[in-house]
Amino acid sequence: MKLFKNKKSAYLMSSPYIAWALIFIVVPLCMVIYYGLTDSHGAMTFSNIATIAKPGYLKALRRSVVLALASTLVCFILAYPLGMILSSMKLKRNTFLVTLFILPMWMNFLLRTLTWMTLLEGKGVINTVLEFLHLPTINIINTPSAIILGMVYNFLPFMILPIYNSLSRIDDNVINAARDLGANSLQTFLRITLPLSVPGIISGITMVFIPALTTFAISTMLGGSKILLIGNVIEQEFTQLYDWHLGSGLSIVLMIFILINMVVESIFDKQGGLS
Amino acid sequence: MKKRIISMILSVAMTVSVFALSGCGSDSASGENGKLYVYNWGEYIDEEVIDEFEEETGIKVIYDTFESNEIMYAKLAQDSSAYDVVCPSDYMVQKLIQNDLIQELDFGSIPNSANIGAQYYESASDFDPGNKYAVPYCWGTVGILYNKTMVDDVVDSWDILWDEKYSGQILMQDSVRDAFMVSLLRNGYSMNTKNEDELRVATDDLIAQKPLVQAYVIDQVRDKMIGEEAALGVIYSGEAIYTARENPDLVYVVPKEGTNVWIDSWVITKGSKNVENAQKWIDFMCRGDIALRNFEYITYSTPNTVAQENIEDEDIKNSKVAFPDLSTFPTESYQYLGEDGDKLYNDSWMEVKSAD
Repeated sequence: MKLFKNKKSAYLMSSPYIAWALIFIVVPLCMVIYYGLTDSHGAMTFSNIATIAKPGYLKALRRSVVLALASTLVCFILAYPLGMILSSMKLKRNTFLVTLFILPMWMNFLLRTLTWMTLLEGKGVINTVLEFLHLPTINIINTPSAIILGMVYNFLPFMILPIYNSLSRIDDNVINAARDLGANSLQTFLRITLPLSVPGIISGITMVFIPALTTFAISTMLGGSKILLIGNVIEQEFTQLYDWHLGSGLSIVLMIFILINMVVESIFDKQGGLS
Repeated sequence: MKKRIISMILSVAMTVSVFALSGCGSDSASGENGKLYVYNWGEYIDEEVIDEFEEETGIKVIYDTFESNEIMYAKLAQDSSAYDVVCPSDYMVQKLIQNDLIQELDFGSIPNSANIGAQYYESASDFDPGNKYAVPYCWGTVGILYNKTMVDDVVDSWDILWDEKYSGQILMQDSVRDAFMVSLLRNGYSMNTKNEDELRVATDDLIAQKPLVQAYVIDQVRDKMIGEEAALGVIYSGEAIYTARENPDLVYVVPKEGTNVWIDSWVITKGSKNVENAQKWIDFMCRGDIALRNFEYITYSTPNTVAQENIEDEDIKNSKVAFPDLSTFPTESYQYLGEDGDKLYNDSWMEVKSAD
């Protein structure tokens, strides 16, 4: 904090952020915990959280985890090579390409997902084109595949950017040194590039896995409300069934998953920092 | 097609409003005679009528929409002063009365309420005893809309929604009561049953039907049927005229096992801060010419006798779809089932939705 002359001005400068964090992060979090641990009469209970063990809820949670893992994996497989290509490019061209990947994010994500719905429909744009070309049509709307597609499409930039960042920060000299000392391309990649990009990979995984785990809009639109994810269950508890207690209890369960994810991340981050 | 794009934009706006907290809309500008917060079903009014109301009365209208009774209830239960005038269905009016969320109307201040036919008030007294709280706005049945080029069987029973021939071609309503109504009636039970064994059968049936269902949707049934995405869909009678106009192959039928006859009514919330403006709104909606314009735009049957008489198109005026003879099939209306009943239905619905 050398930027500020004394502690007082540091506090003063950070006060807007502290107020923001209090009102929009701490207070809502406390409310979720309060609602999650009480019943409608205000008595303390763990039954809201325990509800997750009921078959329907557990199924929804399991389905969410599987779909989120699958889409994270697909994102990673797509993003890593892309990150490498981008980071190996000359500066001017790659800023243009990076902008291209961020560009869709300027549009509302609900609109983009809705567009996928009309694209994938049985008589949608894609199938009309395929039919015109006498190719077999695809029929994935309202299936888990459509949901994974929607998640990958929406969250891919969140995987590309951190990976690209960590890759482009790797000093060329380190790689040249490895080659000088006789490492082949594969060895250089496995022992230098990959380990050094781990922090980027981990934050990319977190940034894709968490929204994928909690989404309800994508599964509603591309799953035809047939595939119930834990995010849909929580949304229903709040908007349709007016059971804030159960909704909050289930949110706490979801937060536990996110916490686990963050702990894993911080462990890897430390290791990455050490190497 | 234009309407389809509008409905897409609207549905996005609606989903967005789920994220937004209630009331953080465009309430900055206020009319000379104050404001009025209206909460209505999506695409359930001719929007020009709202502008006209604002011009005539000098009241600024803040107009929000909902997609199901349950969503509307959750919002009012949280804060009944968020809106002044709301348009719930029958059983939900009953629930709102029982939970003290709406207030008795001063019919003296709503003279045009006399335009609503007596038989509709009589039906409304099932959920609003003594007609104290609600003024009917639209009514209708629930039935099957099918595409006659895609279905070659006779459609006269809910059973066809379980026919494997139409796997992936069926659209079901994504709302608890409507989904169970279909399944319960098909088994010969009441749509208001609280018998757990009967509900068990209906739940198992819905789970068995799930693999055949293309999607559970609400407003999208209309667009998907017009676009020939599906062959059969459960839909409200009010959409029948519009869909048939857009795609002449679409036919609406009320199955022989019967259906739900529903009435959506205007009510004023308990916490309303603009009661007088809300009365003016209801009065305006009951005016013959306004009701007629709304009917022509949304095509949901109007209970307004003045509007009914003035319908120009003879086909529609005498249409059995818009104004069915209710004695030709069994009918029943949804009742509010109480907290335990709600829980029973919600748990069963959860079971259906989470099934593989």
